[in-house]
Parts: sequence; structure tokens; C-alpha cells
Amino acid sequence: MIEKLVKAHRLRPRAEHSVLFDSPGPRTKRVIAVANVIGVALVAALIYYVGVQLGEKGQLDADKWRVVVDPQSWTSFFLPGLLNTFRAALVAIVGAIVFGLVFGVGRLSMNPLLRRVCGTIVEFLRAVPVLMMMLFLWSFLGRMGLPNPDFWAVSCALILYNGSVVAELVRAGVINLPKGQHEAAEAIGLTRAQALRYVLVPQALMAMLPALIAQLVVALKDSALGVAIGYSELLREAQVLGTPYRTLQTLVVASTVFIIINYLLGKAGEKLAARMKGRTSRLTDDFADDIPMNVSALASEAMLAAVDRDGYNEQNLRGEPGWLDDDMFETPHR
Amino acid sequence: MSAFLEYLGSYWDFLTQRGPNGELTFDVLGAFWVNIQLTFWSGLLALLIGVVVVAMRISPIASLRITATAYTNIFRDIPLTAVILMMWLVVWTQLGVTFGGKMITDFFILAVVGLGLYHGSFMAEALRSGVNTVPLGQAEAARAIGLTFMQSARMIVLPQAFRGAVAPIGNTLIALIKNTTVASVGGVSIETSSVMSGMIEFGPQFIFLVFLTFALGYVVIVIPVGMLSTHLSHKLAVKR
Repeated sequence: MIEKLVKAHRLRPRAEHSVLFDSPGPRTKRVIAVANVIGVALVAALIYYVGVQLGEKGQLDADKWRVVVDPQSWTSFFLPGLLNTFRAALVAIVGAIVFGLVFGVGRLSMNPLLRRVCGTIVEFLRAVPVLMMMLFLWSFLGRMGLPNPDFWAVSCALILYNGSVVAELVRAGVINLPKGQHEAAEAIGLTRAQALRYVLVPQALMAMLPALIAQLVVALKDSALGVAIGYSELLREAQVLGTPYRTLQTLVVASTVFIIINYLLGKAGEKLAARMKGRTSRLTDDFADDIPMNVSALASEAMLAAVDRDGYNEQNLRGEPGWLDDDMFETPHR
Repeated sequence: MSAFLEYLGSYWDFLTQRGPNGELTFDVLGAFWVNIQLTFWSGLLALLIGVVVVAMRISPIASLRITATAYTNIFRDIPLTAVILMMWLVVWTQLGVTFGGKMITDFFILAVVGLGLYHGSFMAEALRSGVNTVPLGQAEAARAIGLTFMQSARMIVLPQAFRGAVAPIGNTLIALIKNTTVASVGGVSIETSSVMSGMIEFGPQFIFLVFLTFALGYVVIVIPVGMLSTHLSHKLAVKR
């Protein structure tokens, strides 16, 4: 009897369905079945309507879609474009990690001036639209006569924005570590810089890995902003290939490629988050619960929000307790 | 020092120069107003989509749930630039969907739809994470004291869910404010990033000041919104 109950409990769908809805009884099951049929009919009708509309405008003609299966479109447009997308995103994420480490640790520094300067720069970069930085950098680099201004404008804009997010993640990661980690480091005689370098930052980085993957997705998506400055990444190549009367077809292909890559990366992030559980002292325990539902752009937001919730952000903006103060390491109430 | 002041002065003249009809050559405030309008309308649309999608997503009806999940996954992983570009090149140019007005009105509406569709998925996720903050025990306690489904949803679960969703909704709103600049890719050429490009084109000697002007404009808009959302999420947080 008890085993049966335990089994039933295990089989119950997780959290989200059960908060609002009980396990359905026989009558509710019938209602759900009927609603399900209506739902399927509605979705089918919507797809049918869109299909008919597209068909009437001749968008479903095989002729229009030939460009998509033509091997030459792939070898001359989609694949080189994808390569450029990857190139920009890769440079962006590596640069962002370096930038984030420097500024994240800078914000945790004991020197109030350094802390203030790093904080201001990070807050500024988080508030300015990426496209705006990209357009500015493009004009600037172009006027400086540097080679390949398109690529560097895209990469640098992504480094600055994603780097500022990573900096916040590093800070959030360190602040959210349990107090004992910092105390133990101090007890064995490490200086604060050593404690950060050998004990706190490595653990924060481990816990950040899933959020870093989410940030890679953000970088991949934002690299498509290169369209605005004519950087020949995937979306731009698709636009060039499709102009003027096949843009629906080519843009759908490019978007699908983006969606598949980002979806797989998101799934990898979820897997990683689950595996990371228990690898560091506390952090992943908390975030592993948040990350699966928030993965993609929201994963990093969740980590940042955790910091905001505990009020460290404002404290730091006011420059009140530095990271020397014990209460910065107090376990937040959740 | 005085050379610098002179430089600033000439930038001010550049900023405030007027055309033959007395209108500003570079309407910076007007550009920001366009972005604020884009934010307002697409934010409203995104919230609407978010509420509908999250209702579908947490419902026990499988077909609706699958549709909502598909929508969220697609629009969360597609670049916003692709959505906006499609609104312009596909919906407007290739399919010939217009709203009867001037071209700029068409582009504005299409940009609002694109921004709304894209951020709708994030709104849905924000609301869903709010629902997920409500412990199962709350619903069980509501049932135990005899509340019906509607009563428990209306009085116990949803109020707590909305409070839990304030911070992620704030984050989505901030992302939306900044993302309205992407409308320039969709032909909305009177918003901030397009005006900034134009100003850099005509006054390359002021490139840093022009960027700083627009960047500070966003700082002034975004940081108060961030502070408000943090404040509200603290104030409304349910102590557990």
C-alpha cells in the first residue's frame, strides 16, 4: 500500500502542473479530453489558414523553395555565413569571460576607487543597447582604418555587453558562496587576493558554467545584429541570397538553423546544470532548480536576480559594505 | 581647457542645428520618444501574449501545452534581428501586408508585432517562473480548507505567482527597452540607433560625444526602471 503511494507520488508530473491542478478525476479527464480535441482543431485551423494564405501568394511553390535545397546556396551563402556567426560568437564569449573576470574581480576589490570604477563601467555597458555599441564601434573602427571593421565591431560590441553580464555573474557567484568558504580561506592564512584566486572565483566559475552556455546563446543571437552593419554572418547571407523575392524562404532557413543550434545549446546547459549539482559548495544547489526553466537568456538573469533580491547590488552601488564586510557573505534568506 | 569648451560648444551647435523650416536636423528627444512608444506597445502585446501562453503552458490540456512550449522555444532561440527582418522583408515586402497608412506607420506596427512576439516568449517564461515560486503546499492547503479550483487560483496561487514574477518581468522590460533599437533593421528609421548613425555620418568629429549622448539617454531610462523593479520585487516578495 505504502509502496504504491510512494510510486504514485514519484509518477506525479512535476511542480508546474500540480500547483494549480490536482490529479484529474474521471469527469475532469473527460473534460480535458474534449478540450484537447478542440485545442488540436484550433491549432490545425491556424496552421491551415497560414498555409492557405501563403499558398495563395505563391510562396509554397517548389520554384520558390528551390533556392533552399540548391547545394550552391549552402556552399556559397549559408555555410560561410554560419562560419562567420560562429567566429564572432566564439571571439565574443572568450573575450567576455576575460572581460568579466577582470571587471567582476575588480568589483570585489578592496580598493573602493577600483570597485567604483569597475561598477560604473559594468552598469553603463549593461544599460546601453548592443546595437548602439555596434554601430558606434563600426564607425569608429572604420574611421581608424583598421582591417575588417565589420567583424571587430560585432565581436567587440558582444564582448563589452556579454562581458559586463559575465562580470555580474562572477560577482554574484562569489557573493552567493557560503560564508564558510571565505572564512576557511582566511583561517588557513590566505590573503584576500589569494582567497579570491584559489578558493572563491574557481568555485563561482564552476557554478557559472551553465549560465555561461546561456550567455553563449545570447552572443549567437546577438551576432545577427551584424546585419545592421553588413557583417556577412548567417542572417545577412540569407538576406543577400533571398533578395528580392525569396527572402521568406532563405530567412526561414537561417532562423531554423539558429533555433536548432540555440535549442541544443540550451539543452546542453540544462544537462550541465544537473550534473553540476554538488560540484561546488552551495551555489548550484540553489541555481540548478532555477536554471532548467530559465535556461537561455533567463539563466543569467536568474543568477543576477538572486543578487538583486538580496540587496547587494544597491549596497554596492552606494559603495557601503565592501566585500571585506562579513555580512556580504551571509547566507541570503530565501 | 578652453579648446575643449569650444569643442563642447560646437557640439551643442551641431546638436541643436535647425533645418530651413525651423525643425531640428537631429531630433534626439523625438528619437527617444519613438523608442518609448515602441516599448509601450510591444510591451503591452508581449504581456498579453505572455499571459495567454503561460495559461496554455500550465494547463492540463496537452495540445495547448505543446503549442505553447513550441512557441516559447522558437521565439526564445531565434535572433530578434531575424524576427524584425522578416517583418520587413517577408511580411511587408514579399507578402505585401500593409496597414493602409504611410510606410513609416506600417514599419512601426510591424516592428511592434515583431518585438511583441519575441518578448512574449520571455514574458511567458517570466510568469511561469513566478508560478514555480509558489510551493505545492500552498495549493494543497487551499484545497484542504475546501476552496474550489477557481478560489484557490484566484486567492492563493495567482497572487503569489504574480509577486514572484515581478523581478523577471522587470528584466524582460529592460531587455525590451534596449531591443527597441533593433526596429531600425525593420525600417523604423526615426528611432535612436538610426538617428545616432546619421549624426555620426554628418559629424564624424563628434563621434564620441554623439555616442555618449545616446548611451547616457539609455542609462537614464534603464537604470530607474531597474531600480523600480528591484524595489518592487523586494517589497512584494513573499517571505518563505
